[in-house]
Amino acid sequence: MNKLAPSGLNLTSLYQLTATRLKLTLREPEAIFWIFVFPILLAIGLGIAFRNRPADVLPVGATTPQLVQALAADKGLRATEMDEAAGTRALATGSILLLAIDEGHGVAYRYDDTNPDARTARMIADRAIQVAAGRHDAVAAQNQLVHETGSRYIDFLVPGLLGMNLMGSAMWGLGFAIVDARAKKLLKRMVASPMPRWQYLAAYLLSRMVMLAIEVVVLLGFARVVFGVPFRGPLVELGVICVLSSLTFSALGLLVASRARTIEAVSGLMNATMMPMWIMSGVFFSPSRFPAFLQPFVQALPLTAAINAMRGNMLQGTHLGQMMTPLAILLVWFLAPFAVAVKIFRWR
Amino acid sequence: MPIAGAGEASLRIRGLHKAFGEVRAVDGIDLEVKPGECFGLLGPNGAGKTTTIEICEGLTAPDAGTVELLGRNWKEHERDLRQLIGIQLQETQFPDKLTVEEALRLFRSFYRRGIPLDEAIGLAQLEEKRLSRVGTLSGGQKQRLAMATALVGDPELLFLDEPTTGLDPQARRHLWDLVDRLKLAGRTIILTTHYMDEAEQLCDRVAIMDHGHVIALGTPKELIAMVGGEDIVEFAVAFPATHIQESARAALDVEALKAIPGVQSHRVEEALHQLSVSELHTAVPRIFAAIEEQGLHLSEFRTHSATLEDVFVRLTGRNLRDE
Repeated sequence: MNKLAPSGLNLTSLYQLTATRLKLTLREPEAIFWIFVFPILLAIGLGIAFRNRPADVLPVGATTPQLVQALAADKGLRATEMDEAAGTRALATGSILLLAIDEGHGVAYRYDDTNPDARTARMIADRAIQVAAGRHDAVAAQNQLVHETGSRYIDFLVPGLLGMNLMGSAMWGLGFAIVDARAKKLLKRMVASPMPRWQYLAAYLLSRMVMLAIEVVVLLGFARVVFGVPFRGPLVELGVICVLSSLTFSALGLLVASRARTIEAVSGLMNATMMPMWIMSGVFFSPSRFPAFLQPFVQALPLTAAINAMRGNMLQGTHLGQMMTPLAILLVWFLAPFAVAVKIFRWR
Repeated sequence: MPIAGAGEASLRIRGLHKAFGEVRAVDGIDLEVKPGECFGLLGPNGAGKTTTIEICEGLTAPDAGTVELLGRNWKEHERDLRQLIGIQLQETQFPDKLTVEEALRLFRSFYRRGIPLDEAIGLAQLEEKRLSRVGTLSGGQKQRLAMATALVGDPELLFLDEPTTGLDPQARRHLWDLVDRLKLAGRTIILTTHYMDEAEQLCDRVAIMDHGHVIALGTPKELIAMVGGEDIVEFAVAFPATHIQESARAALDVEALKAIPGVQSHRVEEALHQLSVSELHTAVPRIFAAIEEQGLHLSEFRTHSATLEDVFVRLTGRNLRDE
């Protein structure tokens, strides 16, 4: 009745461990929400908040019909006729940015020069009135407008969200599952069986790769279809960057979880590890805004490197060969924590 | 097994020591377990049972001493040994969201040879729960699943650490039946327990442990014979109203009781006197007579067959359960 398995390296157990890991992840509804739904909600929310609107039409007031007519000739202004008292009130409540007052021999502009929109209104209004009065441009000029995809905020944001999501799902995914298994004495039971220990850890990385493929396709597919985010670099290379980033964050998750005995302890460590990167790695704004003395630190963070590489690929079409610095940073952040984690890992 | 000098012992422990800081959890233990035997380590919590069994399982390194399983040792033959033994640990929680079948398939995949899943599920009588998630199982069913994960590799040596702790009486019976069937199938089993009835029921031989030492070793029958009698008489005395005098209070003459033929020993705890007695039928009338003679009344009187509990009490002066 005994079945004899072929001798040599047994990969059935690696397959079973990986499959088990995937089943357990997919049976956790909260995990599904944070991994798949949350980044999309974030992209929608931020995409709406920072969408590029057509240039604003600036509301202005004027005291005579002639002035209103002159101002209305410019498409950048919406002019209303009102007397000086009403205009002053409208200025105070912000319903107009500028009031043009006919003073007989000339015109006076009443506006707040600390408000950039009001200064713009002053320039447009003056130009419109001067043109109406017969001024001609000394130099012929024409406008070439740029509303290209790839330079919008959403284009900047999507690679940042992708990096943040890969970091979160890899670290939480590994950290919680490992510490949970340790707290429930399951780790101890596993090492009491003939299971090769490396396969247990490898199964986490493999199942992460499967989840990664789904996560990346869902988030980027959504960004492409809904926002038309560009992919200027080769998709294969983007895939390589995602895999390397996810391995890096998995190794960090492994390290953070290598000793902790309780979920509370590992949660604290996770947040302490990820917090600096959420803030400084350029998910929502460029990390170049941090002062120069912080830059070496900011640039050495794995999430900064991951996001830089993703933006390089997606927005600028940069090839892997031209992004050796971020790739090397990621590789170091993968190998060093992994080696330490395996060495200090607490199996019971 | 071609290991010279291994003899036929399935497990051999020599001079085992293990301390955790100041606490000497295992303090010089020698044991041998024969093939096909069901061997029990019985003792209160903290006696060193789990430390001993975990050293045998290769999960804890001893400070001193040697452990030989199936003619092999952990240092040189860990890979082989993991394939050859089955282990059920105290308080393992399998993932709630895995089904019984999935958990067993996972563990089965670790072994080069073993029994088919159906057989393991059948052994543990979990057929109806095969597709249920672990989180929905009762305590007894979870424990039988743990047992099944220990059996999927068709082990030559099976370690069970407190297999019935925390289970209700019916679930314990159920688990005992399972162990009985494994014994009938000729498996070598080493188990720990702090239930004397469990050791008595299941084990061919028992080592009673206390404070890191083995204080008694033998078949349950041999151990019980150590008490000196097959039966235990327990009684309490009251004083008749007419005799309420301080002098009478101290007057239960223990020596007179111990002089009765068949009474082996006496001990008193919280006003309850215990005599270990052989030949109960002739001793009991004489005990009655002796108490009567001393002008005392019985307020309680009962007898039971001696158990391993009595052996432990006799050896340590404490109850197994008093922890």
